[in-house]
Amino acid sequence: MKFSFPHMGTSHVAFKYLLENLGYEVINPPTPSKKTITLGARYSPEFACMPFKVLLGTYMEVLDKGAEAIVTSGGIGPCRAGFYGVLHEKILKDMGYDFKMIILDPPLYDIKEFFNTVSLLRPKKIGWRGFINVVKDSWAKLCALDEMEKEANLVRAYEVNKGDTTKKVNEIIEVIDAASTRKEIMGLQEKSISMLHEVPQNKLRKPLKIGLIGEIYVVIEPFMNYDIERLLGEMGVIVHRSIYVTEYTRHTIWDRKAEDYIKEAAKPYLELMIGGHGVNSVGETILYAQDGYDGVIQLAPFTCIPEIVSKSILVKVSEDYGIPVLTLHIDEQTGEAGIRTRIEAFLDLLHQKRSLSGKEGMAK
Amino acid sequence: MGQKKVGFPMTLMYYLHYPLWKVFFEELGFEFITSIPTNKVILDEGVKVTVTDACVPIKLIHGHVLELKDRVDYILIPRMVNADREKNITFCPKFLGLPDMIRASIPDLPSIIDARVDRKSGRFYLFNACKGIGEQFDKPFMTILRAYRKAVSALKKFENLMEEKLLLPQEGIEVLFNDSPPETESPGDLNIAVLGYPYQVYDTYISADIVGNLRKMGVRVWSMEMVPYSTLKKYAGKLKKKLFWHLSNRVIWANYHYLNQPQIDGVIHVSAFACGPDAMVDKIMELECKQRNFPFLNITVDEHTGEGGVLTRLEAFLDMIRLRRGGA
Repeated sequence: MKFSFPHMGTSHVAFKYLLENLGYEVINPPTPSKKTITLGARYSPEFACMPFKVLLGTYMEVLDKGAEAIVTSGGIGPCRAGFYGVLHEKILKDMGYDFKMIILDPPLYDIKEFFNTVSLLRPKKIGWRGFINVVKDSWAKLCALDEMEKEANLVRAYEVNKGDTTKKVNEIIEVIDAASTRKEIMGLQEKSISMLHEVPQNKLRKPLKIGLIGEIYVVIEPFMNYDIERLLGEMGVIVHRSIYVTEYTRHTIWDRKAEDYIKEAAKPYLELMIGGHGVNSVGETILYAQDGYDGVIQLAPFTCIPEIVSKSILVKVSEDYGIPVLTLHIDEQTGEAGIRTRIEAFLDLLHQKRSLSGKEGMAK
Repeated sequence: MGQKKVGFPMTLMYYLHYPLWKVFFEELGFEFITSIPTNKVILDEGVKVTVTDACVPIKLIHGHVLELKDRVDYILIPRMVNADREKNITFCPKFLGLPDMIRASIPDLPSIIDARVDRKSGRFYLFNACKGIGEQFDKPFMTILRAYRKAVSALKKFENLMEEKLLLPQEGIEVLFNDSPPETESPGDLNIAVLGYPYQVYDTYISADIVGNLRKMGVRVWSMEMVPYSTLKKYAGKLKKKLFWHLSNRVIWANYHYLNQPQIDGVIHVSAFACGPDAMVDKIMELECKQRNFPFLNITVDEHTGEGGVLTRLEAFLDMIRLRRGGA
């Protein structure tokens, strides 16, 4: 059976490894493009958020390439995304596609269901032990990718020649993709970080520090946010992204308490889990302010429910904590030039604010 | 000392819980008033203070709160968390964060009573909410209990009026508090189920009075409130996975229910511009109706909806159904 899955940042490298080593043929999801979004938007409800449309477009692309099954994540709400798999399936089947949809809901939702779905994925000829090993290796790859991206955001702000870091990142992704033995995979994290340090850096700079918050898909998938991490990095800004695939998985699957300090921070403003990353956005903004960051950029897809709630609350947080927040709502009409202009203006403001407060020496 | 005034926005939960809160607060010795029905000023003022990307209902409640805020001592904005025992079913995230949102975007508010209504807090979840409010005002337990009982029986009566007498919420409220006998509805030649969130469908200003206009066109209107919740729940297994939002589930289930009623000629779904859950709900309803070859019309209302546009679409829809029937 030919498998495929959604495209999300660099994570496809690890998912591909997982499915291939389980003995499936994998149709790699293409990097989302204008075509993806045009396809997706045509068959999606008008007010579905961008991730819904991009995913639908991606599914259509992979199904046209011959995929027979799609693995995707579910969710427990109240964010809409948890229901997307079900609706995607309904829409695609209505269009006449014939395929199998495998939706992985978090095990806390229904532990039995989770194991049933997981064992659906395990081919008969591979025992549980082998299965777990493959999962572990893929997880290690995923971690290596995330750690590498974190480090890249630090390096990029200091790079001497614009674009060096990104080139290096692409090299590293290939290395990670190629690794196949256990030993190689376990060394990936170290190796990729030392490779990143080969990039010439100018440590005399005092870059601005910006926290990146918002809805997971637009934050992680560069196509959605016009590669904002790279854009900011090459303008000489240290970007701290608040969500990574590995952290997110860990926090939703077994380490539910890990985010408690964020919720605690958000509590005076927002009492309740509102789904998606709404509470996190509020809490993280406060934490960034306390850690001396210069500003926060919130990314949200148009009509994203939780982020709209947090956006209206962030106005107050921003006032109370004196931390500038820029919200970028992204839809199919957003253009790169518009985003770039707004980011430039935002950075000018942050530079000015910094020189006014005489904080220059303090930033790391 | 005069009576303290509690204000309740005439939108969102008004259509579900007005009798409950009215009776409860009056029993506690407050004067209970609502904001005036939605009009252009309320909408425009609401739009001004709300973040641009919010949906119409959220903009509306901001407008209603603004209209109330200088007239009352307290504003009641219950935090609607849950009305079903099922796990993972709540109200829309915007409802969950509503009191916080309003506090952050409107300055100089009177104090907000944000009682948490959460079905998961047990069988007496409404009592828990009421008790919280009563204690906030230092009322003795027995007073609270008495007020709660009267309030709940009013709510029950209200729901019965809708389910048995087939009244719409606004008519139910009239009958309950003004004792005006319900107008007997002329049967009409078409039976149409008008589904959607009550604060969309029955807000005559924002919906361009869809219900009233349909009636003028000779339609008998059926609503989701006319179907008891226990009947609705039978359709819960129809989808692979339940939706996460209470009201959306009700709309979807009501859709399934009316699809199985032979007297119903068509379904109209009234949804709100930029409503997140509705994007899902509408598509599912559309696909279900399409599968059964059942007439379906979606009307999305926003700040600029004009009556003319809505009327034209309603007329076209009804003509189509009548044509179909004549041809069959």
